[in-house]
Amino acid sequence: MTMATRRTILKGGLTLAALPALSGIALGQEKLKVGFAYLAVPGDYGWTYAHDQGANDLIEALGDKVEVTKVENVGEAGPNVERVLRELAQQGNKLIFATTFGHMEAAVKVSAEFPDVIFEHCTGYMTAPNLGTYNARFYEGRAVIGTIAGHMSKAGVAGYIASFPIPEVVMGMNAFVIAARKVNPNFVLKAAYLSTWFDPAKEGAQAQAFIDQGCDFITQHTDSPAPVELCERLGVPCFGQASDMSAFGPKMCLTSIVDNWGPHYIRTAEAVIAGTWKPAQPWDGLKEGGLVVTPYNATVPADVQAAADAVKQGQIDGTFHIFKGPLKDKDGGEFVADGVTPDDGFLLSMQTYAEGIEVIQ
Amino acid sequence: MSIEFIVAIIVAIVLVATPILLAGLGELVVEKAGVLNLGVEGMMLIGAVTGFAVTATFGNPYLGVLAAALAGSAASMIFGFLTLSLSANQVATGLALTIFGGGFSALAGKAFLGRTVPAFTQLFPGELATHPIWRVIFGYSPIVYFSLFMCAAIAWFLKRTRSGLILRAVGENDLSAHSIGYSVLGVRYAAVAFGGAMAGIAGSMFSLVLTPIWAEGLTAGRGWIALALVVFAAWKPYRLLIGAYLFGAVMTLEVHAKAAGGFFSALPSELWAALPYLATIVVLVLISLRRSGLSGAPACLGKPFIPTA
Repeated sequence: MTMATRRTILKGGLTLAALPALSGIALGQEKLKVGFAYLAVPGDYGWTYAHDQGANDLIEALGDKVEVTKVENVGEAGPNVERVLRELAQQGNKLIFATTFGHMEAAVKVSAEFPDVIFEHCTGYMTAPNLGTYNARFYEGRAVIGTIAGHMSKAGVAGYIASFPIPEVVMGMNAFVIAARKVNPNFVLKAAYLSTWFDPAKEGAQAQAFIDQGCDFITQHTDSPAPVELCERLGVPCFGQASDMSAFGPKMCLTSIVDNWGPHYIRTAEAVIAGTWKPAQPWDGLKEGGLVVTPYNATVPADVQAAADAVKQGQIDGTFHIFKGPLKDKDGGEFVADGVTPDDGFLLSMQTYAEGIEVIQ
Repeated sequence: MSIEFIVAIIVAIVLVATPILLAGLGELVVEKAGVLNLGVEGMMLIGAVTGFAVTATFGNPYLGVLAAALAGSAASMIFGFLTLSLSANQVATGLALTIFGGGFSALAGKAFLGRTVPAFTQLFPGELATHPIWRVIFGYSPIVYFSLFMCAAIAWFLKRTRSGLILRAVGENDLSAHSIGYSVLGVRYAAVAFGGAMAGIAGSMFSLVLTPIWAEGLTAGRGWIALALVVFAAWKPYRLLIGAYLFGAVMTLEVHAKAAGGFFSALPSELWAALPYLATIVVLVLISLRRSGLSGAPACLGKPFIPTA
């Protein structure tokens, strides 16, 4: 494994160019070179942290069959993304992961330039003969924590710290409130969009505002552990996001929804090595291990744990779907018709808020 | 609206405003001496990681804040050496300091990821500090009281002391100050070091008080707001105090409006997020209109001084 900045990649590329004779001979057994383009840094304790854990799982599982290069701080969009992906391809990586939605256009463009390099893009929807996508069903985890909040919230009001009004986020808060209202039909979810994925002070301030206004549960779809840390101090139960945040809230963080990219990275690399890779669009849930709900905090009563486990298990064996109708939208109109289980296309374009959500759009 | 709720809102405003006030006060002194240091964000990050690391290691937050001040000051000396001794471009060097601070703090903080320290939130005894009403006066971190003291102290220093007069002279007319025997570079070095220390303390407010964790990019751009506030305040400490609290009030209004919903829903959430910045622009426009073009900027701001004799 090598940690690399863009500059060292450039240097590496130059060194390779200067030693063309050596490059074929030195490798007795051909290693699969795998490149990762990270949105931010593993130290965010959120999105990029989870991808980095997945990359480490890959290194651990396949050992010297792979050589992994990670590029940090590629950003969400802009010319930088394209350049990094191209450099990774030129450097000899045969499998490249672009790990955030904003990398989509660059991945499409660069994958066309390097037909013998396989690209995989996280949370996107565009594919090519050498470009696949991958995603995880985070909403399944939100159904589990919503069930817990529905049982345990005395006020019946929770605060949801959100980033941007995109389907991914809307889907998550809908799953949470639908699950909570199955337990407590009067449950209300107050949601706030912060227009950022990462601003610890602002995430903390929003959590404080929710608590000051009477929310007795806090959950988040932003990346920093600041809300969990605040909740621990104030004694307000909360849930971790993207990574296991129990270290920041040993008493109050009831469970975390962990993005678990490792299995997908290992499967993909093995398929590329075996030559069986085909562009696909897997959307892994709890069943496939695309996300993990961490063990519940001891403060969660046994009957609540059992109810949460039932929701989890139902989603694993396919007997329970959180978006199965009848569901109403927040203004009382029909959201999902009675008896209908919506398809993935419906979920991935979700812009409607479920009943019980209060949000400034 | 209960009195407890109003207290909660005031406490929130003070917490948001304090780091901007501290960093802004430091930058105000730097700019009064004629130096423009755009590296506030970088120095804040270095202060934040140092304060956290020292507090986590030695268990004493006062030591942490002191270390943050020293680290911010040390970082500012890189800027000082390049721009004062070597007369490098101040804008470019300041930007470089911000980038350096981001990278350095990330590297230095690697060992402290995923850890927490006890929040440095109380000065007064528990009965006062956590009282539902009296906490509006007694419920803050020592850093908050320090920021208010420094505001008064800096206003007094600049206006009422001989040293303050010399500092302003250096910022308004470096050649004159030099010709009557004052060390322009010496004064500027001292001002830059002071600004660095204040930015470092402002950074430690994030990692010790607001969110007692370390994460990369913890200050999330507040250094830039502090820089803007100095202009907003027309280089006057008390106006900076008002500006910082006004900004804090708008930011607190934003999160509470989003939590409350109801009639606040009339504005979209993106507009609420932009509100603090819009407020800054509006006030800047009002100030500019009233003072007929004079911004109050020190005359030598941003100009390198090269002693010739």
